[in-house]
Amino acid sequence: MGSEDAEDQREGGRELMTDSEVLLQQVIIGLSNGMIIALIALGYTMVYGIVELINFAHGDLFMLGAFLALTIAGALGLDAVSEGALFSWGILPMFVAAPIFCGGVNWCVDRLAYRPLRNAPRLAPLVSAIGVSFVFLNIGLLWGGLPMEVFNMGQTAAAPKDFPALVSNENLLGESDITLTISQVLVFVITVPLMIGLSVLVRFTRLGKAMRAVAQNPVAARLMGIDVDRVIGATFIIGGALGGVASVVYALYNNTIYFQMGFRVGLDAFTAAVLGGIGNLPGAVLGGLVIGMIRALTDQYIATEWTNVMVFAVLILVLIFRPAGLLGTHAQEKV
Amino acid sequence: MKCSTFMLGPVLLAAVVLGAQAQSPSTIKIISSLPHTGSANAQTMTMVNGIKLAIEEVGGKVGEFSIVYEPWDDASPERGQWDPAVEAANADKAVADPDIMAYIGTYNSGAAKIAMPKLNQAGLLMISPANTWPGLTKPGVGEPNEPMVYRPSGKVTYFRVVPADDIQGLVAAQWAQEMNCNKVFILHDRELYGQGVASMFQKTAKKIGLQVLGYEGIDPKASNYRSLVTKMKQKRPDLVYFGGTTQTNAGQIAKDLRAGGLNVKYMVPDGCFEEAFIRSAGASNLEGNTFITFGGVPGDKLTGKGKEFYENYKKKFGNEPEAYAAYGYECGRVVLDAIARAGKKDRAAIVAACAATKDFDGVLGKWSFDANGDTTVKTMSGNTVHNGKFEFVKVFGE
Repeated sequence: MGSEDAEDQREGGRELMTDSEVLLQQVIIGLSNGMIIALIALGYTMVYGIVELINFAHGDLFMLGAFLALTIAGALGLDAVSEGALFSWGILPMFVAAPIFCGGVNWCVDRLAYRPLRNAPRLAPLVSAIGVSFVFLNIGLLWGGLPMEVFNMGQTAAAPKDFPALVSNENLLGESDITLTISQVLVFVITVPLMIGLSVLVRFTRLGKAMRAVAQNPVAARLMGIDVDRVIGATFIIGGALGGVASVVYALYNNTIYFQMGFRVGLDAFTAAVLGGIGNLPGAVLGGLVIGMIRALTDQYIATEWTNVMVFAVLILVLIFRPAGLLGTHAQEKV
Repeated sequence: MKCSTFMLGPVLLAAVVLGAQAQSPSTIKIISSLPHTGSANAQTMTMVNGIKLAIEEVGGKVGEFSIVYEPWDDASPERGQWDPAVEAANADKAVADPDIMAYIGTYNSGAAKIAMPKLNQAGLLMISPANTWPGLTKPGVGEPNEPMVYRPSGKVTYFRVVPADDIQGLVAAQWAQEMNCNKVFILHDRELYGQGVASMFQKTAKKIGLQVLGYEGIDPKASNYRSLVTKMKQKRPDLVYFGGTTQTNAGQIAKDLRAGGLNVKYMVPDGCFEEAFIRSAGASNLEGNTFITFGGVPGDKLTGKGKEFYENYKKKFGNEPEAYAAYGYECGRVVLDAIARAGKKDRAAIVAACAATKDFDGVLGKWSFDANGDTTVKTMSGNTVHNGKFEFVKVFGE
């Protein structure tokens, strides 16, 4: 929309958005944000389900994925899509590279930082995870300082980076007051099939069966001839890859990335995983959507100042009445 | 840059310990405490350059004293901007070094609140090129206990060469009215600076009869503000004012306004008057409808001494100074001038000389310090963004 349109709307005396339109708009926004959170929450919950480790580095891994995507955009010289075009094909290499990269890095982290501590007291890998998170954070800071045009020639390493609008932000509904952009549609088009694919994998494949077995009882699984370390490694790869996809979706939707984004988004995702019942896949998705919705509705109907308070208030309420989370059951159906 | 900051800590500590013995009577040290680890770095580096330029102009010597200058960082990678712990450590370090006679800083008003009482107690001169929270110096505009809470010794030891936000908020609201924006929605980042300038804007807006549709503190780390934009859209403001900085997501708000289909004017204060803001928002999201107020005028619009500075700066450093570079330079010159007039290496004498600064031939014309330590300059400028660059629109309050 050009600025003339805005003038028309104001001066032409068009109605304000009706209450139901506003609600619908907030639902669209809440679900889009929630889907991204859900995708990251899956990474937390899968790893927890199988090794009972809260992988605090997952949020920062997600951040690195976004930096890789921006580096690709810079290397390919990609620019915002022109008017009328829906998206740039330049997003394809991102959707290939980021998951491979994040999955690979996550596997390495497990191999180097968590596997040696597999039989140590549970706090040891947790501290290790926090350490990895700091390492990633600083890698992100250094990465943002690279002398590339997209990183402002490295002059402002920590500044938020503009991610080119490779997916159009134009309103699909045209003149309507309700905004639904291609980038919002993309969030669903990418995340929903991934989630379905993941549950098919866990439920119906050999690997999925092995994962469920390891989650239930690693010792028994090993006795049955399952290579437990391989299965755990695969879980880290899948969880990381989902984080990688999420990072690209996030960057295309929000158009800004910065080295600290992993912390906040990671916190939301972790909260989502706990809310839904940590270790439970559909629970993580539900938790993500619930948090996205709480955020949107609080922004609209209460005040932005209360948004974070509301998210955690709901979390506490849920945990009081259902300590295992919305869909969680005790130790049974993990992963 | 980042690594060297980590190394700098122990090195400086060693220097402080050694300095206690190896104090040389003819060396005066000036330090600056500005955030370099963070998005403000591009801005603060040009301020450091401004200070260096001022020292170079006098050949690094004032009378019998040779001047040594060290730029310190008050930010941490964890926060990505100024860090209270680092700022406090800087202030303590400066107080403990008997060679340090002036503390140039801070960039953020919140950081100044931490350093001010410490330096005041020690009677060390503090002079800021960028703090704009009015309460730091002016009684009756900030918190009830301000500014005396920053002056435990009862004396004024803090000065600033920039006009404060009570003027900026006023000018911004008046500018909004001039552009026929009668309905405004005000946001702030819940930080001292951002909330301060937003509340000044709100006060003035109400006084001059603008309709304030809302006043909300955003979460500066949120991934987007689409829900908030929807809420604002329903109320159809003519202008959205954001009291905040590049670091507190001013760029993301600009993006979400466009993506959410709310095509209104967007006004921000001088915390966004830096290249990094345009970079993070994406030039096309700001084009033609973004307005930035700034205490002072942009480099290429300066006259007299300011013009001289602008040209020398470009010659020496080979790039455009950011908005606050001129104030870094001004701070450097004021300090050198105070040392020259004090004529001795004595903190109290230098503070007294600085307070007596009168009719100083500065980058914004002749000015003096008032009894609170504020500059008498009240020049403000309005700027916009055109073709990915800041463009000067007009001067206020002359």
